[in-house]
Amino acid sequence: MIEFQNTSKSYDGIKAVDGLSLTIARGEFVVLIGPSGSGKTTALQLINRLLDHDSGRILFEGKEIYSFNVRDLRRRMGYAIQSVGLFPHWTVERNIATVPQLLGWERSRIDQRVTELLTLFAMDPAIFRTRYPHQLSGGQQQRVGVARALAADPAVLLMDEPFGALDPVTRAALQLEMKRVHEGSGKTIVLVTHDIDEALLLASKVVVLDRGRVVQVGSPLELLSKPANDFVADFIGRADRGIKLLSLRAVEPYVSSAPAAPDAPSIAITATVREAVSCMAAAGVAVLGVRNSDGRVVGSVQAADLVLPARHG
Amino acid sequence: MRDGNDVGFNPVLALINVLGLGAAMALPLLRVAPNRLVSGDPVYLAELLQTSLGDLFPGGWVVFMVAAMAAAIFGSTRRWVHWGVVGIAAAWMATLVWLAGYHASAIALTESPLARTALGAGFWTLIALSWLLCLDAVDRLQIGFLSRMVLLASVVVPMAIVVGRGYGDELSIMKEYANRSDVFASAVLRHLQIVATAIVPTVLVGLPLAWAAYRHARVRSLLFPFLNLVQTIPSIALFGLFMAPLAWMAASYPVLGRAGIRGVGLAPAVLALFLYSLLPVVRSAVAGLQQVPGAVKTAARGMGMGAVTIFWRVEVPLALPVLLLGLRAAVVQTIGLAAVTALVGAGGLGSLMFEGLFSGANELVLLGVVPIVVLAVLADGVFKALSAVLKGPAA
Amino acid sequence: MAESAEDRASRIPRVLRDRLVWAVALLLFLALWLPHSQGWFAALFPELDRPVYRQEPFIDLLWQHVWLVLVSSTFSVVVGIAAGVAVTRPAGRAFRPLVEAIVSMGQTFPPIAVLAVAVPVVGFGELPALIALALYGLLPVVQSTIAGLESVPKPVNESAQAMGMTPAQVLWGVQMPLALPLWVAGIRTSVIINIGTAAIASTVGAKTLGSPIIVGLSGFNTAYVIQGALLVGLLAVTTDMAFERLARWVAWQR
Repeated sequence: MIEFQNTSKSYDGIKAVDGLSLTIARGEFVVLIGPSGSGKTTALQLINRLLDHDSGRILFEGKEIYSFNVRDLRRRMGYAIQSVGLFPHWTVERNIATVPQLLGWERSRIDQRVTELLTLFAMDPAIFRTRYPHQLSGGQQQRVGVARALAADPAVLLMDEPFGALDPVTRAALQLEMKRVHEGSGKTIVLVTHDIDEALLLASKVVVLDRGRVVQVGSPLELLSKPANDFVADFIGRADRGIKLLSLRAVEPYVSSAPAAPDAPSIAITATVREAVSCMAAAGVAVLGVRNSDGRVVGSVQAADLVLPARHG
Repeated sequence: MRDGNDVGFNPVLALINVLGLGAAMALPLLRVAPNRLVSGDPVYLAELLQTSLGDLFPGGWVVFMVAAMAAAIFGSTRRWVHWGVVGIAAAWMATLVWLAGYHASAIALTESPLARTALGAGFWTLIALSWLLCLDAVDRLQIGFLSRMVLLASVVVPMAIVVGRGYGDELSIMKEYANRSDVFASAVLRHLQIVATAIVPTVLVGLPLAWAAYRHARVRSLLFPFLNLVQTIPSIALFGLFMAPLAWMAASYPVLGRAGIRGVGLAPAVLALFLYSLLPVVRSAVAGLQQVPGAVKTAARGMGMGAVTIFWRVEVPLALPVLLLGLRAAVVQTIGLAAVTALVGAGGLGSLMFEGLFSGANELVLLGVVPIVVLAVLADGVFKALSAVLKGPAA
Repeated sequence: MAESAEDRASRIPRVLRDRLVWAVALLLFLALWLPHSQGWFAALFPELDRPVYRQEPFIDLLWQHVWLVLVSSTFSVVVGIAAGVAVTRPAGRAFRPLVEAIVSMGQTFPPIAVLAVAVPVVGFGELPALIALALYGLLPVVQSTIAGLESVPKPVNESAQAMGMTPAQVLWGVQMPLALPLWVAGIRTSVIINIGTAAIASTVGAKTLGSPIIVGLSGFNTAYVIQGALLVGLLAVTTDMAFERLARWVAWQR
């Protein structure tokens, strides 16, 4: 859907993006990650032409982005940034309605969409529609920012460190909501972050950048199990690489029907192995009960099994 | 669309030159009149260049400057081009003054002694445009603040030399100055006296007031609305409103009259000017004290400094830059307002100006206005330099 | 049951409790009554044989003064805002340092200087006053227009662009509403200064509320001076109150 072909962009003689070649397919959740100065924000801004590339090509749906009218291009892409940039003089409703109004939607359709989006982000429309940005908390502002980006139902959503300024609790909650939105809508999402845990949680494809060049592209599992070089390995974190791998595995294949002790703590069957290990370490036990969605204990997992590759599946 | 790169074309320079060309052709550089009563016949730059010392010298000079400007317009990426523009602008200003003075001298030799050669709109416009050329070039040089001030000051030097050597003596403004040189000097001194007599009490009274306002919100809530009200009232109205009470006071207490406090003259002027300059000074002093970071004061307390020491060693130095801004505004404002005080009999450069206005003598008006503007710009520059020095190497 | 003070107060219609309305009423009242205040001023200043300014009716002078300020300020506002917007657009950016330098340099010139210099160029009367007021009034407006546009937070500008608004839509829909409070502050400064300068404009032949003051000063008639000063002072204060009201109305932060 979006393709970089040997794209470069320079500022003041420094190449922020250097011969970048990358394909982003429809429906993927691509996370661009790298240290400061790696060109990830620049690359993102090249997609919606907030910046213009100097050489190479960038294709959107098969056509070079320079052949589109820049305004039309931007209205087909959602854009959410860390500092949100909500329009302070407009209500939440008017903020979200920005692009639909630019596109000329009828009033009723816009109203419906605003209600839909506020509900999606667990904000009561009746209360929040008429609030102003300065009356919202940081987390609420960012939710409205993302809702605004999604308002016109764009095919692509571009996000630049959207959760960086939030406290850890809100950040975690919003990350999960983003994951849900992606799974529910099948949109193509390109997100820039420097937080490797965020990348591993959200991405279907991770792109590691360094000094404007791609260092490795792959799924979170590929990156963790087969880092291309020392740079990637260091960036991911050598010391807890294994622990991070555990977060990619579900507990279910390890559940045995042998019962745990009656007073043993339990975890949901949908939990990750990392959560299971963390629970065991916190409780000081080596066996946990496993609950299914009804809350009934259906089996157990053992600490010794969890660090090995799954036996079934 | 590519992002704009520095291509070297300087649209500002191009515009100024086009305007300059237009001004030189459309506006008269000089006006020559046979006597004071008639407004003069216009003399344009082109004529001046032809009739002055030989066709070649000024003609060649102009061609050179046009070529240089063209180079500057299209070659604006190089630093030496900007230095060149500054140099050419300075030389051009001096040349203009010289040309005007030369023509005036020629007229003085051939016409009657009553003949007047006045500087026309074209002259002032070209000088102003040359100054703008300098400002633009100096800005592009991207040098430090103090260096910038020194460079701009030195641009005036060639012009000052031409005037100082007497080349401009036959111009009507210089003849007016010659006629009035004694009055002029005393007017300047008087003007400075008015400003000083207003500013010194402002500082002496304003700073303690500011301290009180900083500490007590009640003082603030009473003081600022009053000072704001004063600022809103037109200066001439305030001067006028003080006259009656002061006159009454002088009549009731003759001792005041002997001390110089009367309904007219310095007293109402200085009183009003004092009140006007209070607002910028007090407001900036309070703002300066308020912007001292709380963390710094806490650290100082933690180090064992007493309240008085903290005030003088920590708060005052950190508040000083903001106070300087307010003081600068107050002084510049007072220099300008002091011109109006001439109407209540306080004298100063304003009296020359108004005398000129009322008698239709344009040169006298300029003789009053130009020094006021120069004083204001100088004061502004001095305070800006002080602020820059205070900021230190960060400037 | 006895009425509380608030109940009594709320029975008076809002318009009568408004300070601005009282100020305007006082101004108009004074302008109309002063010509008839002979007795008053004669008592205060027994040594004057003409205690009340009679050359023009005060209401005419008031109108002249307001007209002068209104016309010149309209020019200053329109041209000033246009210039401020122009130099903050990509096309005009090259001119911005120069415009800012001119504006800040111009404000070190006293307004009286601009007035005095206009006379040799266009002669006496209302024209030099109009020109001087319009030019001098430009400076605070341009300065505050630029400041207002700069005060729009960068993320807001970035978002507006990224959402596909045209530059015109960004300017009108986002930047101008957010810049408006600073713009109003600049216009307020410009108008108040112009009211003061228009008072002195009577020295260049314009008939304004400054005329009684100037005539009174040169003729040692303190009564004239007080009449003129009262009116022009009240005009300035009333205008400032009106702008204060406007500023509060414009502040988008509720």
